[in-house]
Amino acid sequence: MIAKVEGLTKTFGGVRAVDGVSFTLEDRKIYGLLGRNGAGKTTLMQLMTAQQFPTSGTVEVFGASPYENRRVLRQICFVKESQAYVRNARIRDVLEFSSLVFPRWDRRYAEELLDAFRLPKERKMKQLSRGMTSAVGIVVGLASRAPLTIFDEPYLGLDAASRGLFYDLLLKDYLEHPRTFVLSTHLIDEVNRLLEHILVIDRGRLILDDNADSVRGRAFSVSGPADRVASFVSGRTIVRDERLGSLRTAVIPETPDERARTRAAELGLELKPVPMQELIVHLTQPSPAEGGKRP
Amino acid sequence: MNPLIDGDKPIFVQIAERIEDDILTGRLPEESQVPSTNQFASFYRINPATAAKGVNLLVDEGILYKKRGIGMFVAPGAREKVLRKRKMQFFRQYVLAMLQEAEKLGISEEELVLMIRKGKDGAEG
Repeated sequence: MIAKVEGLTKTFGGVRAVDGVSFTLEDRKIYGLLGRNGAGKTTLMQLMTAQQFPTSGTVEVFGASPYENRRVLRQICFVKESQAYVRNARIRDVLEFSSLVFPRWDRRYAEELLDAFRLPKERKMKQLSRGMTSAVGIVVGLASRAPLTIFDEPYLGLDAASRGLFYDLLLKDYLEHPRTFVLSTHLIDEVNRLLEHILVIDRGRLILDDNADSVRGRAFSVSGPADRVASFVSGRTIVRDERLGSLRTAVIPETPDERARTRAAELGLELKPVPMQELIVHLTQPSPAEGGKRP
Repeated sequence: MNPLIDGDKPIFVQIAERIEDDILTGRLPEESQVPSTNQFASFYRINPATAAKGVNLLVDEGILYKKRGIGMFVAPGAREKVLRKRKMQFFRQYVLAMLQEAEKLGISEEELVLMIRKGKDGAEG
């Protein structure tokens, strides 16, 4: 275990941005911190990296409180969504500065990453496009080789190809130098396959803390002729139901077992896992019953 | 070029099935070494824990076995086991579904047998 958060709460003017959150981070795992915009992801990470004081609760990283703790903070690299850089600094200055901050900084790897993202070393930060600025953050995050590296939506302005490059580089470097990553994102399906463990935060609360492979199997969809789907789903909970003419697709919040598969085959129905993105949407939405009670 | 796995099954199950396919075709003979978890992870671009879960599925079924400190190997008799398992899946996935559809279309057993023979001869149905 490298980090432990207990009963963590942060209120801003009466609003609970983070609300009684507890979890641990294990060494050498890739975590996905998922949730909608405004769910409290960024505040949570600011609390873990000593950039905010909690209203209540405790944070322990590498065995100690991170506040004013140089030993702990040097082991954490936090790349923010809109990371601010000294505007007149050149890319090479940013890397030079980072090499002083992070004990495990890899100079040669940083150069490789600059090439991969086609970043001109002599260019000033203020002259960079939004996407290039984000790429600098990614270079710093990866080359830091920090035992705890946190990326908070680090891809603003990056196109799909560059984001794909980021994910590939991250996985490659993780395999060669295993360490803990936290990827905070709302682009869930893009990062899904990289994740080992998933934390979902909704309205400040942690609503899911589980292994990614078990989350992936938590629901399935069944489609086919409406009458046959009806006999398949009878007695089961349905979280989504769609009809198109005589066809019907229903989402069932269960892991399909052997019996369900056999039954579906007999009925000639198609079973599919539900994409992670959709699963999280179901989890972070009021259930139909709950929604019905509201005015 | 991108070996994406976007099938209808969990990723770790697909990893297990690809290994089984390689055992069936003989690409992975019995007693040969299976690629490492990291090799699977980087090839399929997935978390190595997911790849490990797929491999372990086959270890639990006795299709692969672990040599300590060396890696994973194809167990003796693995091909036979995979074949048996796949035949059962084939029955469930194709035969049952086919019979269901045949019943709907009023196709008799004799007709069905004829159709299968015809299909084997490569003729158009």
